[in-house]
Amino acid sequence: MNWLSNWSPSWQWFHRLGSPRWFYQTTGRWLPWLSLLALALLGTGLVWGLGFAPQDAKQGNSFRIIYLHVPASFLALAGYYIMAIAGAVGLIWKMKLSYMVMKSAAPIGAVLTFLALFTGAVWGKPTWGTYWVWDARITSMLILLFLYLGVLALQYAFHSNEAGNKASAILALVGTVNIPIIYKSVDWWYTLHQPATIKLTSAPSMHPDMFQPLLVMILGFYCFYVVALFLFTRAEILRRERKTTWVKELVLGEPQS
Amino acid sequence: MPNTPLLSVERLQFERDDCNVFEQIDLTVGRGEIVQIEGPNGAGKTTLMRLLTTALQPTSGNISYAGQSIDLCRYEYLSDILYLGHQPGVKMTLTAEENLRWMAADSIGSIQDALAAVGLAGYGDVPCYNLSAGQHRRVALARLLMTDARLWYLDEPFTAIDKQGVSFLENCMSDHVKAGGAILLSTHQDLAIDGVRKYGISPHADQRGQ
Amino acid sequence: MASGFSAYLRRDLLLAYRRRGEAASPLIFFVMVSTLIPLGITPESARLAEIAPGIIWVMALLATLLSTDSLFASDYQDGSLEQLLISPQLLAMPVLGKVTAHWMVTGLPLTLASPLLGLMLALPAAGYVPMMASLAIGTACLSLVGSVGAALTVSLRKGGLLLSLLVMPLYMPVIIFGSATVQSAIDGFAWSGPLAILGAMLAAAIALCPLAAAGALRLTSIN
Repeated sequence: MNWLSNWSPSWQWFHRLGSPRWFYQTTGRWLPWLSLLALALLGTGLVWGLGFAPQDAKQGNSFRIIYLHVPASFLALAGYYIMAIAGAVGLIWKMKLSYMVMKSAAPIGAVLTFLALFTGAVWGKPTWGTYWVWDARITSMLILLFLYLGVLALQYAFHSNEAGNKASAILALVGTVNIPIIYKSVDWWYTLHQPATIKLTSAPSMHPDMFQPLLVMILGFYCFYVVALFLFTRAEILRRERKTTWVKELVLGEPQS
Repeated sequence: MPNTPLLSVERLQFERDDCNVFEQIDLTVGRGEIVQIEGPNGAGKTTLMRLLTTALQPTSGNISYAGQSIDLCRYEYLSDILYLGHQPGVKMTLTAEENLRWMAADSIGSIQDALAAVGLAGYGDVPCYNLSAGQHRRVALARLLMTDARLWYLDEPFTAIDKQGVSFLENCMSDHVKAGGAILLSTHQDLAIDGVRKYGISPHADQRGQ
Repeated sequence: MASGFSAYLRRDLLLAYRRRGEAASPLIFFVMVSTLIPLGITPESARLAEIAPGIIWVMALLATLLSTDSLFASDYQDGSLEQLLISPQLLAMPVLGKVTAHWMVTGLPLTLASPLLGLMLALPAAGYVPMMASLAIGTACLSLVGSVGAALTVSLRKGGLLLSLLVMPLYMPVIIFGSATVQSAIDGFAWSGPLAILGAMLAAAIALCPLAAAGALRLTSIN
């Protein structure tokens, strides 16, 4: 770490970022605005998408679940990379805050992946006549859920917080290297076995009237994700830093400097 | 540089889950010295050994070997130390001789002599699962006769060995320091060797708070 | 550096030889579980032939998984792992040596025994050579990926089940291309493509997995 601290001004932000207290206070200021933005975007997107967007020619109203399904799938995958990057930063710079972010990203990502799978199954019933098909995207999503569950299970298997953090960071990184390989293999496997009857509507061919609310929903999900990540990380910070004076002051309601 | 201590430890601290394990450690070990680490159970003696042998990374502080930080001379340092831990590192399915040949790969001296010296003459071909716990430790102790490492780390070396074993080990240790080596050991037992320096460590306040 | 590799390779082979019974159990598992398939599904050769490539591959995966747990376990328990961690050499080389030994006592015997299972499960004649080739390469991938999981869970008392949770998703590409190699050969297509991809995966695994496993051992095995 010596070379880092000698580096002076340009690295200062990085060090401050590593301070849980700074993170707690800054995100405390951002949270109300972010939550408001997330609510507004999600509300607009939902009303627009569910109420006003035109019906799909073939699928009728059932296609509208896309407004939950696609954003959830986006964030599920992006969340894995956020988790892995946070883990890598923790391993390289031994930054505690980064581990806390990683630890918080895991359950959020797992829930989003599950949501993507669930909405996919609900969508599949009217569209394909069955809740589950071994489609390439669904299968990849399922494997992603397994990867998340592995990271979560490993995190809590260790008695020591630190060992759990390091272990799950390594696993998340190994998973990151593997995700493209897994996705490509599953794609290839699917084209090899593809039954001709199933076809998905793909996003670019969507009518703009359908696509715009989707875009709003995706943005809303991103904001929601950040809010959730902040909340989880703040809770983790309070738990881990409970012995420090600033947390004691905060909890006891004494004035902070 | 005759005045540089072989090992010097400055402001060493180690946190486990945000709690310091022991009070800050400052320690030097010179050539020809035996330092006995003392402290109650849970004071972090084994943790200190693991930090010094680089099995664990310290949270802060410096460890220098012959005046150079061990991060900069890792290979030289690790080639120059010998560590005996709680577990003897003996493979049950191998014979005593095979174990020793494996553990002391770049060794000096003969395996037969070393086994005889620790009282295991004739046991060379017996698989270790037929030996007792004390005999396993003796197999590990035989490494001391076959090493040219200058700095020895012995963590509770007297566990499970009998009187003869103890006096063998003490002889071994005094021979080593006479030859200019240095020893850091943790034990609750008083040694029958002169000039042993004691260094007490105590658990950090964080530990008692829990 | 290379001496760390060969020393650990030789030692682990010797240890496995001394415990032949234990070392043979993945192979016995492989053969025994595969005989459950005709009992559970059908003894009809036509239908067995259809699923044989997949079955053999899944069983090989499970058999490898079963033995991965023990890769670092005994070293951890008797203290030799700690000695390895503080040896001056690069940790990845001994790890690679141990993994190679693991493959030689699990993956290789499975590969050699697979024609027997092919016979029992009515595998079409065109599938034998691709099956052995893909198993030889694929099980090596499995051993390497498994070593990372084994390293991560070595200090946990009940790491075995967790280990399978961790590495199973990472095994999926291997099983896809492994059984695809056999299947395309049976269907009369060129099977060198999927096999080549398996080879590429092996190359990547040899380069990365020992490093990841070494890192995991260093950071999590001793607390």
